[in-house]
Amino acid sequence: MGHGATLVEKIIARAAGLDRVTSGQIVTARVDLAFAHDSSGPRRWGPKLKELGVGLWDPSKVAIVSDHYVPAVDAESAAILKLTREFAVEHGVKNFFDMVGICHLVLPEHGLIRPGAFIAGGDSHTPMAGAFGAYAAGYGATDMTAIVATGETWLAVPETLRVEWGGQFGRGVVAKDVMLFLCRELGLDNAFKAIEYAGETVEAMGMAERMVLCNMAAELGCEAGVVAPDQTTFDYLRAAGAPVEDEAAALALKSDANAAYAAVHRFDAAALAPQIAAPHTPAETAPVDVHAGVHVDQAYIGACVGAKIEDLRMAVEVLKGRRVAAGTRLLIAPASSRTTALASADGTLQILMEAGATLLSSGCGACAGMGAGLLADGETCISSTNRNFKGRMGSKEARVFLGSPYSVAAAAVAGCIVDPRDLLGEAA
Amino acid sequence: MSGRAFVFGDNIDTDVMAPGSLMKLEPMELASHCLAAVDPDFAKTVQTGDFVVGGWSFGIGSSREQAAVSLKLLGVQAVVAKSFARIFWRNAINLGLPCITLDEAGEIAAGDELTVDLAAGRLENLTQGRAYAFSPLPPHIMQMIDDGGLMPHLKRRLSAGKETA
Repeated sequence: MGHGATLVEKIIARAAGLDRVTSGQIVTARVDLAFAHDSSGPRRWGPKLKELGVGLWDPSKVAIVSDHYVPAVDAESAAILKLTREFAVEHGVKNFFDMVGICHLVLPEHGLIRPGAFIAGGDSHTPMAGAFGAYAAGYGATDMTAIVATGETWLAVPETLRVEWGGQFGRGVVAKDVMLFLCRELGLDNAFKAIEYAGETVEAMGMAERMVLCNMAAELGCEAGVVAPDQTTFDYLRAAGAPVEDEAAALALKSDANAAYAAVHRFDAAALAPQIAAPHTPAETAPVDVHAGVHVDQAYIGACVGAKIEDLRMAVEVLKGRRVAAGTRLLIAPASSRTTALASADGTLQILMEAGATLLSSGCGACAGMGAGLLADGETCISSTNRNFKGRMGSKEARVFLGSPYSVAAAAVAGCIVDPRDLLGEAA
Repeated sequence: MSGRAFVFGDNIDTDVMAPGSLMKLEPMELASHCLAAVDPDFAKTVQTGDFVVGGWSFGIGSSREQAAVSLKLLGVQAVVAKSFARIFWRNAINLGLPCITLDEAGEIAAGDELTVDLAAGRLENLTQGRAYAFSPLPPHIMQMIDDGGLMPHLKRRLSAGKETA
C-alpha cells in the first residue's frame, strides 16, 4: 500500500522502534551516537546535567572532540579545554579527541560514523556524517544536554529532497562547486527537510567529496544530508579499521524506488563551472567568471568541509612550481592531524610551504571566528570554508568569498579571483 | 502584554546574533552585541516584552544556542518570521522563547505594537489594526513552553521517576 520509504525514513523508523514513519510524524528516536566539541559540549552540558542531577546515559555512545579553542590562545580558552578534558575523564568518555582535528572529520577517521545510525551532534555541520548513510543532525546545547542525559530526542520526520547528478565533472570542478551552486538553486530555506544526493556522479565520488555534499546540507538549511552506503563507504570504513559487519543490511538502507520526495532535481555535472559565493551568504553564488579580478588579501584553506587531504592535494595541483602573489597571504589549517601527517608523507606539505603558504594548527580556527587567521576591516578573503556570513571570520567590515580548494589556491597565486581551470590547464 | 516590533530582513544568521569571536564572553555581555552587525542600537533599545520580526530563514547558521539565549536575555517576548532555521527554532523553543511562523511577517513595520496569543495562534498588530492567524505549536511543544523550556520540562519528567517519556 502507498509508497516506499526513503533512506532517512528507514533510519528514523528504526531509531524510533517503528516499522515505518511518514513525513510530519512526531516521533522519539533513540540516539546511536551523540557528540559535541569544546565550545558546545561539556562547558554547556556540565552545569545543566548537575541541575538535572544525572550523568551521561551511556558514555560509550558519547564522543567529545576539542576543535574550536585549539590550541589555547589565552587563559579563557585554556580553561575551556581543561574543563573539557576533565569532563571526559570524570564521565568516562573514551571517545575523547583532544586537539587532533575537527570533529566532523576525526569521527569518521576513527570509524565512529556508521551506516544507518541516528547521530546527534552539537554543531551545525553534523550532517557531514550523512555521507556514510547515517541520519546526522545538529542540535543546540539544551537539546544536546537532554540527549546525553536520556539517549533520545523528539523530531518531526522530515520530507526528503532528492538531488540527482549525472555526467562527469570537467577539470577543476568538484563537490564544493556543486554545493555553492545548490545554495543558489535551492536557496537556504529548506528547514525541516533532509536532502539525498544520488546519481552516477555521486556514486563515482570518494568519501571526501560525499562529505562535502552532506556537510553543506547545513547551508541549504536541511537538517540532514545523505548518500546511500555502497562499496566506497565500506572500503573507507575498512581502511579506518572499523569494517561494516552487515553490508547487505547497509545496502538495503537505500531509498526504495517508489519512495515519496518533497521534490526531485536533476543536474548535469558536465555543465557546471567553478562557482564562487560572494559576501555575505552562500546563496550569492555565481560562476567564477563573474567575480574574476577581485583582489584578495587572504586565501584560506581550512574547515571540516575544505581542508581534508584531498582538498590540500587540489591546492597542490595549482600551487606546484608557483608562488603566492605579493600582497596576498595563503593560510592552510589542515582539518585533522592525520591530514597533516598524510600531507607530510606524500610531499603535499612541502609543495604548499614552497609556494609560500602559512601552516596553521588543525581546528575550526578562522572559519568559526575563533582561531588564527581573522580578517581586518576592509579586507577580502577567499575561503574553502562553508559560510561567509558578515563578521564570521573577524571584522564585520571584511568580505569573504567562498570557493573550492582549486579556486582558493588559484586566487592565492593570482592575487585575485580567477578561473582555476586556467592555471590547471598549464599545470596538467 | 504588548511589545514593539524590531524588524529585520531575510537570512538573519547566528553570527550576527552571537558573533563567534565573542563566544568566550559572559552571556549578558555577549547579548549586548546581539544583532549589532545589522542594527548597532538593537541591544541598547530593545526592552522586555518586545518582538523581533524577521523574513525568511531566521536563525540560519551555527548551532550556537547563545543566539537564542541573547534574545531571551534581552527580554524578547517572541520571534516572528516567515520561516526559521531548524536548530535556532529548537534552541529558542527549548529556552521558552516562542517562534511564530507567519507568512505575513513582512507587513509588520518597525515600532508597531504587537500582542500574541500562542495557544490560540493569533498575532495582533495594534498599530495597524490587523490580526493574523498562525498554526499553534504542537501540544508537546506548548507543554514544554508552559513548563518554562526543555530543562524545567526534563527536570519535572526525570523527578517524576519516569526514565523516559
